[in-house]
Amino acid sequence: MQRYLLKRLVSLALSLLVASLVIFAAIEVVPGDPASYMLGLNASEDTVAALRDRLGLNEPVPLRYLRWVVGMVQGDFGQSYTYKVAVAELVAQRMVVSLPLALYALVLAVVIAFPAGLLAAAKRGRVADAAVMGATQVGIALPNFWFAMLLVLAFALHWQVFPAGGFPGWSDPVQAFRALTLPAVALALPQAAILARVLRSALIETLGQDYIRTARAKGLTGGQTILYHALRNALIPVLTILGMQFSFLLAGAIIIENVFYLPGLGRLIFQAITQRDLIVVESVVMILVFAVILVTFLVDLAYAAIDPRLRKRT
Amino acid sequence: MRLPLLLGLALSAAALLAALVSLFWTPYDVTALAIADKLQPPSPAHWLGTDHFGRDIASMLMAGAQTSLAVALVAVGIGMGLGVPLGLLAAANRGSLIDEVVMRGNDLIFAFPSLVIAILITAVFGPSATNAIIAIGIFNIPVFARVTRGGALSLWTLDYIRAAEVAGKGRIRISAEHILPNILNLLIVQGTIQFSLGILAEAGLSYVGLGAQPPTPSWGRMLAEAQTMVTIAPHVALFPGLAIVLTVLGLNLMGDGLRDHLDPRLRRAA
Repeated sequence: MQRYLLKRLVSLALSLLVASLVIFAAIEVVPGDPASYMLGLNASEDTVAALRDRLGLNEPVPLRYLRWVVGMVQGDFGQSYTYKVAVAELVAQRMVVSLPLALYALVLAVVIAFPAGLLAAAKRGRVADAAVMGATQVGIALPNFWFAMLLVLAFALHWQVFPAGGFPGWSDPVQAFRALTLPAVALALPQAAILARVLRSALIETLGQDYIRTARAKGLTGGQTILYHALRNALIPVLTILGMQFSFLLAGAIIIENVFYLPGLGRLIFQAITQRDLIVVESVVMILVFAVILVTFLVDLAYAAIDPRLRKRT
Repeated sequence: MRLPLLLGLALSAAALLAALVSLFWTPYDVTALAIADKLQPPSPAHWLGTDHFGRDIASMLMAGAQTSLAVALVAVGIGMGLGVPLGLLAAANRGSLIDEVVMRGNDLIFAFPSLVIAILITAVFGPSATNAIIAIGIFNIPVFARVTRGGALSLWTLDYIRAAEVAGKGRIRISAEHILPNILNLLIVQGTIQFSLGILAEAGLSYVGLGAQPPTPSWGRMLAEAQTMVTIAPHVALFPGLAIVLTVLGLNLMGDGLRDHLDPRLRRAA
C-alpha cells in the first residue's frame, strides 16, 4: 500500500508540474507580450512599459515561472488587473457558489442514477429496462445549457417555483439552495444518464458471477442479492465515472453559471477573458486543473481501498 | 439490423443531408435580414418560424448543421490522425520510455477538461471556429491513443503477430499491416462517439461565444441569441436545441448499433 501511495503521489506532483508549465507557457509566453495584449491596441507605449514593469515581465521567463508557482503555493495568486484585488480573494468569493453547485449536482446525479440503474439491471430486457435505457440515451444527447433554458421556461417563468437566475448569497440558505436548484438539475441530468448506464452494465456483469447464484441458492430474493452482494462489487467502475464526472461538473458549471447569471468561477473566467485579465485567467485555469488532478488522485486511492487486488498489482 | 441502429442511421443521415444540401441551397438566404418578418411562429412560409432578425430558422438550422458537422469531423480527424499512431507506437514498444511518455501525456490532457482547454486557447488566440476545432481535437487525441493502445496490446500477444515478427517484419510494419486493420472496428465506434461529443462541445463553445463567430450560422449561437427571447418566442430556442439532441442521439444510437453489429460476439449475447 505504501509503495502504491508513493507512486500515486509522485505522479500527482508530476502532473501538477507539467500542467503549471503548460498553462504558464500558454498565457505568458505564447502571446508574445502579455502587457500589450491586456491593454489592447490603443495603449500608449508608456502605459505598456509601466504594466510590464508592474507584472515583472522584464525578468527572465524561468524566474517569472518560479515566482508564480512559489506565490501559488503560499496562497498568493497575484492581483487582478481589472478588479484591483487579490485573485485569491476573487476566487474564494466565487468558489462558495461553484463548489456547492458542483456538489449539489453530483448528489442529484447519484440520487437519480442509482434507482434507475438498479431498476434497469433488475428488470433486464423488460419494459422498465428499455424505458430507462431510452431515457438515458436522450439524457446523454441533451446539451445541458439548452436543458437549463427549458427548465427556466417551465419552472421559473411558467410555474414560478424557482428563480430564473442570480444568486442571493448564503445569508439565507433556503433562497440560496432554491437559486442553485435549477442549475444543479441541468448539470446533473446528463451526468445521471451516463452514471445509470455504467451502473446497469456493471451490475449485469456482476449478476452473472457464481457467488450471486450461491446467494440466490441460499434463499435470498433477487432484490436482496442485488443490494447486498452485486451492488458493492459493481461500485468500482461507478466510482471511476463519478470521479471523472466531478471534473465535468466543475467545467460544465462554467457554461451553466452563464445561463443562470451565477457569480461563480465560470462567470469570473469569462469576464476575465473579455476584459483580457490574463492574471485571473491563468490562476483560475490552474485552480480548475488542480481540482481535477486532485479528484483523480483521490479516486485512485479510493479504488485501492475498495479493491485490494489493485494494491498488489502495482 | 435492429431498430436503434436503423433509427440512428436515419437521424445521422438526415443531419448530414441537411448540411450537404445547405452547401448549395437553403429555403431562404441565411444572411439576409428581414426585420418585418421577425419572430414569426412556424407557418407554411417559414416551417420553423423566424428569429429576431426575421431569418428563416429552418434555413439557419441547415447551415448550422454544416458548421457542427464540419467542426466535429475535423476534430475527430485530429484526434485519430495523432492519437492512433501514438497508440500504435506505445503498444508496439510496451513498457518502453515512449509508451510511458505517451500514456502520461494522455493523463495530462485528460486532466484539462476540454472546455478549459478551449478557454485557454480562446483567451490567447481569440474565439473562432478554428480554435474550437483545435480545442476539441486536442481532447480527442488521448481518447484515440488509449483505445488504439488497448486494442493493439491484446493483438500483440496473438500467434499470427508473432509469426509476422519471426518472418522478419518490423514493428512499425506489423502495426500498419496487421494491427491497424484489426482494430478498425474499435476506432469506427469510438469515432462515432467522439463525433457526437464534438457536436455537443461545439454547441457549448458557440453558446458561450467561444466558437463560430457571426455570420457563420451555428446551433449553439442560435441558442445563445434565443435565450433573451425565450419568453416571447419559445420556438426560437426550441428548434436549435432539438436539432442538437436529435443529431447527437442519432450518432450515439448508430455508434452503439455498429458496435453490436461489428462484433459478432455481442450480437449473439444480445
